[in-house]
Amino acid sequence: MGEMAELLSIGTVQYLQAAALLLVGLYGIVARRHLLRKLMAMNILQVAVIVFFIALSAKSGATVPVVVDEAGGIDVAAYVNPLPHALMLTAIVVSVSTTGVALALLIRIRRRYGTLSETALLDKLRE
Amino acid sequence: MSAHLPILIVVVPLVAALVVPLLGRRTPGVAHAVTLAALIFALVASGLVLARVVVDGVWRYQLGGWAPPWGIEYVVDPLSGGMMVLVSFLALAASTYAWSYLLATDPGRIGLFDSLYLLLVTGLLGIVATGDLFNLYVFLEISAIAAYALLAMGGDRATVATFRYLLIGTVGSSCYLLGTGYFYALTGTLNMADLTERLSGVGESPAMAVGIGLIVVGLAIKAAVFPFHGWQPDVYTYAPPPVTGFVAAAMTKVSAYAIFRVLYFVLGGTPVAASALVFLGGVGVLAILAGSWLALAQTDIRRMLAYSSVGQMGYIVLGFSIGSPIALVGALFHVLNHAVMKSCLFLVAGGVRWRTGFSSVASFVGMGRRMPLSMLAFAVAAVSMVGLPPTVGFFSKWYLLLGAFEARAWPGVAALVVSSGLSAVYFFRVLERTFVVSDDRLVATESRELPAGMLGPVLVLAAAGLLLGLFQQPLITHVIQRALPATVS
Amino acid sequence: MDLASRPLAAVLVSLLAVVLLPLFDRRPTVRETITFTAAALKLALVASMLPAVLAGQVIEGATLPLVAGLSLHLRVDAFGLLFALTASSLWLLTSVYSLGYLRATASTHQTSYYVSFAACLSATVGIAFAANLLTFFVCYEVLTLATYPLVVHARTPEALGAGRRYLVYTLGAGQVLLVAIVWAQSIAPGAEFTPGGFLAGRASTATLGILFALFIAGCGVKAAIMPLHGWLPAAMVAPTPVSALLHAVAVVKAGAFGVVRIVGYVFGVDTLRATGADIALMLIAAATILVASVRALGEDNLKRRLAYSTIGQLSYIVLGAAVGSVAALTGAMFHFAGHGFMKIAMFFSAGALHTEAHRDGVRGLDGLGRQMPMTMTAFALGACGLAGVPLLAGFIAKWNLGVGALEAGHVVLVGVLVTSGLFNVAYFFPIIYDAFFKAPSGQVREAGWPMVFPLGVTGAAALCLGVAPDLGFHFFTLARLAAESIVAGGGVPQ
Repeated sequence: MGEMAELLSIGTVQYLQAAALLLVGLYGIVARRHLLRKLMAMNILQVAVIVFFIALSAKSGATVPVVVDEAGGIDVAAYVNPLPHALMLTAIVVSVSTTGVALALLIRIRRRYGTLSETALLDKLRE
Repeated sequence: MSAHLPILIVVVPLVAALVVPLLGRRTPGVAHAVTLAALIFALVASGLVLARVVVDGVWRYQLGGWAPPWGIEYVVDPLSGGMMVLVSFLALAASTYAWSYLLATDPGRIGLFDSLYLLLVTGLLGIVATGDLFNLYVFLEISAIAAYALLAMGGDRATVATFRYLLIGTVGSSCYLLGTGYFYALTGTLNMADLTERLSGVGESPAMAVGIGLIVVGLAIKAAVFPFHGWQPDVYTYAPPPVTGFVAAAMTKVSAYAIFRVLYFVLGGTPVAASALVFLGGVGVLAILAGSWLALAQTDIRRMLAYSSVGQMGYIVLGFSIGSPIALVGALFHVLNHAVMKSCLFLVAGGVRWRTGFSSVASFVGMGRRMPLSMLAFAVAAVSMVGLPPTVGFFSKWYLLLGAFEARAWPGVAALVVSSGLSAVYFFRVLERTFVVSDDRLVATESRELPAGMLGPVLVLAAAGLLLGLFQQPLITHVIQRALPATVS
Repeated sequence: MDLASRPLAAVLVSLLAVVLLPLFDRRPTVRETITFTAAALKLALVASMLPAVLAGQVIEGATLPLVAGLSLHLRVDAFGLLFALTASSLWLLTSVYSLGYLRATASTHQTSYYVSFAACLSATVGIAFAANLLTFFVCYEVLTLATYPLVVHARTPEALGAGRRYLVYTLGAGQVLLVAIVWAQSIAPGAEFTPGGFLAGRASTATLGILFALFIAGCGVKAAIMPLHGWLPAAMVAPTPVSALLHAVAVVKAGAFGVVRIVGYVFGVDTLRATGADIALMLIAAATILVASVRALGEDNLKRRLAYSTIGQLSYIVLGAAVGSVAALTGAMFHFAGHGFMKIAMFFSAGALHTEAHRDGVRGLDGLGRQMPMTMTAFALGACGLAGVPLLAGFIAKWNLGVGALEAGHVVLVGVLVTSGLFNVAYFFPIIYDAFFKAPSGQVREAGWPMVFPLGVTGAAALCLGVAPDLGFHFFTLARLAAESIVAGGGVPQ
């Protein structure tokens, strides 16, 4: 395989994608002034980790890990690794719960202070 | 049943957390009784498990009979056993305190509060009990989500502070998860013991350095180690007192435990772990100085205590970094000291605010007369935080200093001494107002002592601070010294 | 009770009082009974160990083990017993005196006063009986904390200021001392006090020099070695019994005790000579003696003048330790008892002047010698003793110090001692002259018996100890035993 091909081989793209999402998420959390946008950035960050794990399980030429025919023994190379998928299901649940709690908090902030903009909020808190 | 104790310690509070909100609507008393019963069970069971582990060595419990590395296993050694006892003890103390507080402030939400509280305890006990890196992440998030909800119960400002904590905390746990992913990619396993074994065959690689960096930073954010402490002061300041009293004491300590577990057990002795520890040493020294200095500048007592915690986490991390047996004994003993004493301090500070509406340092004038027993407990805990004998804080500082001396870690020695001086200033400033300064306007005011249900836990914690120092020998020889990794002792 | 459990019992008996006293907040009689019982029991316990120690025995007391090689450990040797005897006998007398003084001044916060006092005495006896540096430090810091409520007893802004200053000095020094102790512990695990020292040959001369400087800086604050003395005159805002027992006996003596322990039992005289630190310590002590004398002359407040006198007298002890010969050490150690009794007699007198004659200055005491004969006689006895007049307790110490200095070839020090004696005359005799040889103005009567009795006893003790230094508690023999053990143990590598 040539260098270019290796770079584009399965997995690598996803790693780059994960890295990009991670940076986007971090940037959003730090730089965005609106709390809802910060929350969305946080979600992007979590997705980055999920993509990273899924990329770990990827194999070239493999298929879903559902073993139909056990008779000939299991060829490990023929299936993608199911474990990261299972782990990420849990991670998604965690992400959903965190988001839920965060949204509940945002609703309360919005009701009390009438804004979700960080700058406006800071002004109100200072009073 | 006793064969399943390690899992029951985690499961019983979890089940109770599901039951309690159902009971809470009609009969808050029953709901809280169930909560306390679950916590007492956790404490007793932790004690039994610890006793067995101390005698027979490590207890490996395989969940659902699946052998590791495929199944998840719980591993209780003297380190995790000791942490379990500590966490459940603190939980029980703060929960007892919470009853009188909630009954007076918000009786309608007792069931809800207790449910979240039990979830938080479940998460923390799980972190300590598990022998699996991903399972640790799950418990980290269980405890965090429960904590977000609890902390936000402190009111409007608490909500804003908690939202910030949620963002930063999620970044921390994502970092941890990502780091775990690196190690999974390197070794194909998430079981801690298995990982340790396989890593020896992998050798050094940049991936390992990145992985460990992510894990350490992630946990450091959770443990509020300087400079990752930004979320902590606001959260501790505005949360309801029974929550701060537990969260400030237990949550950061459990994260510190996770750092210790990863760096000394999972990756013990590897060069990357060693460089991570060097990094933590520098961070620790800065944390000690910055935390104490910032605490000095605070006018709100709760914020002062929060910054003091930043400094105290520095003590612990510094001890980890030095890494000699005596320094590690000091660090672990300081985990105990800080957990028990800071819990006591926050519970009293919260109680004062609840009874009098005051929380500024200046408003503590004459408080020694109005709340004599609570303030006595506060004084004991403050003296322990400064590190003066005969409290437990002196002895943990003694071991840390001795460790720093033996390792010729002069910046550490200097930081410990300077920080003791600074904390003496900011704590005695409070104590002077509390006990010595007399204000004629206060003479007429009646006693404002906490009700027995809140006073009891506070006094028990303070007594522990006095007695654990003097009668530490069984604790140190049977638990803490055995909790050290084999590579060190 | 067997001998081995007595040291701990002696420490705990006053701690028991600490626990009991707050329960009787509103019942002064019960409170005072508890204090007296504890004080008497403590003195009896401490004194009961005297025969064994005089027979040359070292009593091993209770041990509370910590980690391997570390323990809290009590041990009674001649030097420790000497200090404990002084402190506990004076506590009993001061308790009687406090009774009269607090009632005469209608003082508030009396319970916290008695509680702190009892805690201080536990700590002081703990310091005296400490067998290693860790135990010493634990008790030393407890003493600091327990004294603070007494310093701020008056609750005035001035008292608060003095309290803050006291804490800054003593806690700051405590940290320095802690560093020194941890360092010594890391050089020689266990750090048990050994006559003749345990650090000899364990580290380089330079290391030992720095370590010694840290130790002296740490203990020097409580021992009020100049320039670390600033807290002591300020702390004189405390009630007179507090100044008397704590600032003349327990706290400052704890510092001086620490200095002697460090010189004689941690480093050893020979090791110090090798580093040259003995000369440095001598210079500091001599300078403190002279400067304190000059400062005392300039103070118009009686208690502050006494405070500066204390600063000078403590440095006699430091000087004796620095010289390090048997005679000098004996003199220094005897001064623990001698200075204790003399200075407390003077403070008791100053307190009686405060409550009865309402005089706090050094002037205006005209004719009081005739109106308050007991008070002023006790004062005069103490003053003469401190000046080193023969047949009084101070002379014994000074004589031995002088002999020791000559033996060691430090002739200059004899000059220092003589000069200081002259200064003592200069700043105390005008007071005595006014009191006895000028005509009285106004009606003043002697204080009540709870105040007169203790000051009479201590004044008499100043005389008795001068005539027969071994009378009663055998202070001189104890000092001699301890001094000989230090010198005999010197140079023996551990």
